[in-house]
Amino acid sequence: MAESTASKSTPPKGRGPLSHSEMRLAYLMILPTLLIVMSIVLLPLLANFWISFKPVQLGDLRPPTVIANERMRPVPKAAGDLSEISYRLRNSSQRGDIDNVVFSDSLPEGLTIDGDIDQRCSISDRVLDCNLGAYAAGKRETLKIPVVVSQSYIDDPVKPRQSKPVISGDADNILTNSVFSLENYRKIFSASEFWGVLRVSLYYTVFGTIGALVFGLFAAQLLSATFPGRGILRGFFLFPYVAPVIAVAFAWVLLLDAGPGGTLNAILMKIGAIDGPVNFLGQRSVPITVFGFTIRFPVALTTVISFEVWRYFPLSFLFILARMQSMSSETYEAAEMDGATPMQQFWYISLPQLAGILAVLFLLRFIWTFNKFDDIFLLTGGGAGTRTLTVDVYEQAFAVSNLGAGAAVAVVVFVVLLCSALLFFKYSPQDDG
Amino acid sequence: MKIGNAFFIAAFIGAAWGVIYTVVLSVLAMLITGETVIPDIGAAFVSGAIGAGLYILMPPEKRGWAWVAVTAVVAFITLVIFNSVLNANDFSTLIPIATALAVFIISAVSWHLCLDGVSSESQGRYQLEVIFIRVMKGFGFVFFIIIVALPFYVMLMTSLKSQQSLLSNPLDLSIDLSKSPQQLFRSYIELFSKYQFGTFLLNSAIVSVSTVLITLLFSIPGAYAVSRLRFPGQAVLSRSILLIYMVPAIVLVIPLYTVFSQLGLRNTLLGLIVVYPATTIPVAVYMLQGYFRGLPYELEEAGLMDGLTRLGVIAKITLPLSLPAIASVSLYIFMIAWNEFLFAFMFLDDPGIFTLSRGVQALNSSEIPRQHLMAGAVIATVPVLVLFLWFERFLVAGLTAGSVKG
Repeated sequence: MAESTASKSTPPKGRGPLSHSEMRLAYLMILPTLLIVMSIVLLPLLANFWISFKPVQLGDLRPPTVIANERMRPVPKAAGDLSEISYRLRNSSQRGDIDNVVFSDSLPEGLTIDGDIDQRCSISDRVLDCNLGAYAAGKRETLKIPVVVSQSYIDDPVKPRQSKPVISGDADNILTNSVFSLENYRKIFSASEFWGVLRVSLYYTVFGTIGALVFGLFAAQLLSATFPGRGILRGFFLFPYVAPVIAVAFAWVLLLDAGPGGTLNAILMKIGAIDGPVNFLGQRSVPITVFGFTIRFPVALTTVISFEVWRYFPLSFLFILARMQSMSSETYEAAEMDGATPMQQFWYISLPQLAGILAVLFLLRFIWTFNKFDDIFLLTGGGAGTRTLTVDVYEQAFAVSNLGAGAAVAVVVFVVLLCSALLFFKYSPQDDG
Repeated sequence: MKIGNAFFIAAFIGAAWGVIYTVVLSVLAMLITGETVIPDIGAAFVSGAIGAGLYILMPPEKRGWAWVAVTAVVAFITLVIFNSVLNANDFSTLIPIATALAVFIISAVSWHLCLDGVSSESQGRYQLEVIFIRVMKGFGFVFFIIIVALPFYVMLMTSLKSQQSLLSNPLDLSIDLSKSPQQLFRSYIELFSKYQFGTFLLNSAIVSVSTVLITLLFSIPGAYAVSRLRFPGQAVLSRSILLIYMVPAIVLVIPLYTVFSQLGLRNTLLGLIVVYPATTIPVAVYMLQGYFRGLPYELEEAGLMDGLTRLGVIAKITLPLSLPAIASVSLYIFMIAWNEFLFAFMFLDDPGIFTLSRGVQALNSSEIPRQHLMAGAVIATVPVLVLFLWFERFLVAGLTAGSVKG
């Protein structure tokens, strides 16, 4: 673009009518994309920050309203009978107050007020209007309207319920009011498990990313030379990535099941590799003694990392294979002439050429592994020492029903991500990718 | 004939292949036939070593397939003798014998491929590395094929079993061909008749196809503008597209849940059809702009000269040229939408509007037998895998261009 502008004789800042119309067209074409991305990605991102400073629970999503229950007793039998319409009103919320509650309902034809009605109410033209004032959280009351029925009502009885009362009130919506607190952050940072969760996230991300890269590199080496059936194998190696996560995750759960019916445990026990079933997804750690040192080997975490590697090695495989196929064979032929061994060729010719794509893949996989929620959630539900930050967002917001705390964890996720992305962009090699 | 390091390496390679294939094929035989075949690893080690040791003693130029067969038979006989001494496996039935024979046929081919052209003399570093790489490649093929295939095999076979047979012998993943098709596919029939899987399939199709169409509708003009037209902010936009894509879904899920709950969009398919395209448009723009940039601009200029408008150029020149890229993007977006789990799980409560991901998740309960769960997994997997195999070329191109996505 820069060259084409420079080659024109017009100065760069002056825009002719043609470029003006081009600009307008460009904005017109890009506007819908911008709008939908703004409203579904950027605004929610900001909203998440907002919610993280709010003491908001899952239950607060329904704003407090006054709920009315209307009935008429006793049921009038003849003209002149006395009856009573009663409205049982309550504030639906146990936490939020409602101000300026205004109530109005129209009475069925053929009823006349007989006796005193509530002082806050007035009636005109069969319409009942009440200014009920403030309703504190959880407040209940009953409005009673004594009526006398006329013959026209007996002829054509209309249930009072058929006209729904209209109630309005100023509820303080906790999502939009100006109450802010750092309570959510204080809560998550002081929770004893938070630093453990952060550590698990980092282990999961680092080992999952490196594992997927190493396995992808290995698989790409296998398919770099041409042989019959190579295309089929390439497609087959992509299966774990293409299949829905829900299907492969449950297949793994079944495969690794510790109860009767778990295939892998049955295989391992049959060939004598283990004595009893291993609870791959439910056991936090086993002690392993090496040279007198006992380390606690994290079983479930290793399993979910293995799943991550299994599911995403195809991606690095595909990229590395594409890059390897674009390398020229001349370098290898020259190295062969000079007597370089196969491993030397790999270390000194292949790997340096792959460094760029490996760095880019590491960056992208790091970010996406850190973001991953479904895999761990479906395998272990975050139990047995596998709770990562993303699973914690779900747990806080929807399992514990504390939306605010969940949003605060989500903010932590975003900040960690932003920092690592900035770091990577700063230090990653700038060549191909 | 000199005996050098290559002889011992060959013996070790033979032993390794013998052990690996014995374990793999015994397990395979168990899974396919349902009969117990206990691998005897020690005997396999010795027999493999003897077979490969014998193999390398023949000068390289004289080794043909006949020699490979001879070494396989020798290794097999060694194994049978060992077995009768140790009394490990009952070789009176067909399956263990067939397994052992298969082990040494494949092992012999493997050591033939690994040791091709290598004599039994001492070898230098170059030749040793060649052998090492051949062995690693062979091991790699076996390893990757097993780890990729095993979960899918378990998924498919479990879906065809009954609860009792699964619990009594979890290793028996054979197909009982004596059963009628109705019995064999009972889980599938029940999922479609009792669990509304037909509806889920339809819902998933509606959501995925709508997502693809909406994404294309938004991203084609957007990508064209970013790649071809000059306007202030173009550079910033084209760079920030990918950054937007890095925002994790889990950060968006709380605010979207909150807002969609209040708008009444949460428990609807429409909600998903709004959210999915928004998350896929950035990557589609990124993929398409790369492709548009690669198209020769002269063609479009010629179109403009001949009196076409910009939109005419896009419709008559750019789009027809970009059909392969549009196919890749469409398939890739379809795959993302079809496989999506998080938003479907958070948004949909009502079984009538479940997508397949959500529907399969609902089967994960202790009251529902696991073969139903696996049948659901197969139903969710088959369409996307068929599409993948059918259009592999396009989808691989799409994956390579766009797999900034996890």
